[in-house]
Amino acid sequence: MSLAVSAIGQGLLWAVLGVGLFLTFRILDFADMTVEGTFPLGAATAVAAISNGMNPLLATLLAFVIGALAGLITGLLYTKGHIPILLAGILVMTACYSVNLRIMGRANVSLLGKSTLFKNHLLAALPQYFDSVVLGTIVMVVITTIVIYFLQTELGQGFIATGDNQTMARSLGINTDNMKIMGLMVSNGLIAFGGALVAQNNGYADVNMGIGIIVIALASIIIGEVAFGDLTLNQRLVAVTLGSILYRFVLLLVLKLGFSANDLNLISAIILALCMMLPVFKNVLNFKHILKRGLDTND
Amino acid sequence: MTKPLLELKDVVLKVNRNTPEEITILNKLNLTINAGDFITVLGSNGAGKSTLFNAIGGDLSIDSGQILLNGKDIAHDSVEKRTRFLARVFQDPKLGTAPRMTVAENLLLAERRGQRRGLMPRGLNHHLDHYKELTATMHNGLDERLTTATGNLSGGQRQALSFLMATLKRPEILLLDEHTAALDPRTGQDLMRLTNERVSQDKLTCLMITHHMEDALTYGNRLIVLHHGKVTFDAAGADKAALTTEKLYSFFAEIE
Repeated sequence: MSLAVSAIGQGLLWAVLGVGLFLTFRILDFADMTVEGTFPLGAATAVAAISNGMNPLLATLLAFVIGALAGLITGLLYTKGHIPILLAGILVMTACYSVNLRIMGRANVSLLGKSTLFKNHLLAALPQYFDSVVLGTIVMVVITTIVIYFLQTELGQGFIATGDNQTMARSLGINTDNMKIMGLMVSNGLIAFGGALVAQNNGYADVNMGIGIIVIALASIIIGEVAFGDLTLNQRLVAVTLGSILYRFVLLLVLKLGFSANDLNLISAIILALCMMLPVFKNVLNFKHILKRGLDTND
Repeated sequence: MTKPLLELKDVVLKVNRNTPEEITILNKLNLTINAGDFITVLGSNGAGKSTLFNAIGGDLSIDSGQILLNGKDIAHDSVEKRTRFLARVFQDPKLGTAPRMTVAENLLLAERRGQRRGLMPRGLNHHLDHYKELTATMHNGLDERLTTATGNLSGGQRQALSFLMATLKRPEILLLDEHTAALDPRTGQDLMRLTNERVSQDKLTCLMITHHMEDALTYGNRLIVLHHGKVTFDAAGADKAALTTEKLYSFFAEIE
């Protein structure tokens, strides 16, 4: 029971990453590697700020701002510097590693004995693991609502159009460069925000905690899409959170099967690869189609 | 009706600048477009027709000369800024619409062409009745598919939608770049007829590139021919009405 609660709580906290990545991966339609750097950047920022006595809520919001700045740099390299997005992301991700070490002063900083969002007396009064469920739910409801509202505004529609058809967007007077920069900023802000949450939940920040983050964030998006099928854009955003929770249950299952936590990145990559290849398998394994074709006398 | 709306003066545009492959596409091109002109643009491949549109639209920057809109030089304005007065329909139906957005959403995007987009809710539902009426004028079933993603429409429907989007918010200048060329002949002719209706009803100023000599003769009040980056033929009003395909063919034979 407590394992299931823990999985739900973790799924909710990590879902922030899925929603953040959704903005670039699904809407702007490119893979932004920056997130591997901004996740630990958010964690480092929050942990350093809290260690220096900042209020945990402010520290978490500060992580969002710093993450957005990293996204701004990727966006400028990509749109104004004409560096391909994959490379622009990798450059900022690499640079973030050094920045994170600077912020933390060493590779791993503990929050032991420090105040965190989870030590708020309301959350601390809850049974074990329920703190992350409650906080995660609040965070995801707020973030998903804001994102859904934004996508339905005039500006949000311009943002969607930019990812959908750049030529058309420009011909309608939408500044596509600004839209991409904005998307990268919000996306990386959210990822850093998620990093700040996870660091406070774990009780430490580690400079290597960004490795494989893009796979985990993609997994929540893809698993949500695979599990729930045809959805509207708004429903898909909600599905990201559910996908993130499902993903935690899959990991739980894998650990139960006897794999160690060290195997998780390999397993995550395999799960994601399988989910992304599902459309191909569907065609290959479409027995219904094969049967029908076999019976069709015109063939 | 004879006030110059858009003037191109000695416009030079080169590609592959400062390389051995440098080519001059527009070579001191001069063109005065009056308000209300419906100009058909003819010319062989490489004559500079699409480049002319890209120069007006701002996708390509010019090397020298002036582009004046109501007397004001706009040659250095961004593509986004120029969309305040300019609307375009491309040849490729895929270029004019956002495939994952619905027909109604595409129309709504076009409604704010060139305007600031803020954080106000888009208000799609207020427009649906209007869009229903508007798309019904296309007589191709578009009005039944307002909530369909445009990626699922036929090429003809997509192109009709692109045309509606370009004219939804009245443009001062409408550029049609062979917008019926990718369609089957019947669908193409239907769209051509609708284009003509809309342009004359709304008294739009319009430039239309076409490879169909019949279309170029049938539609519009003025016909120009581009050759080697210059306007080599320009007939308006009665002169244009007196043109025939034979005369045009012999003219083309002369300049080639």
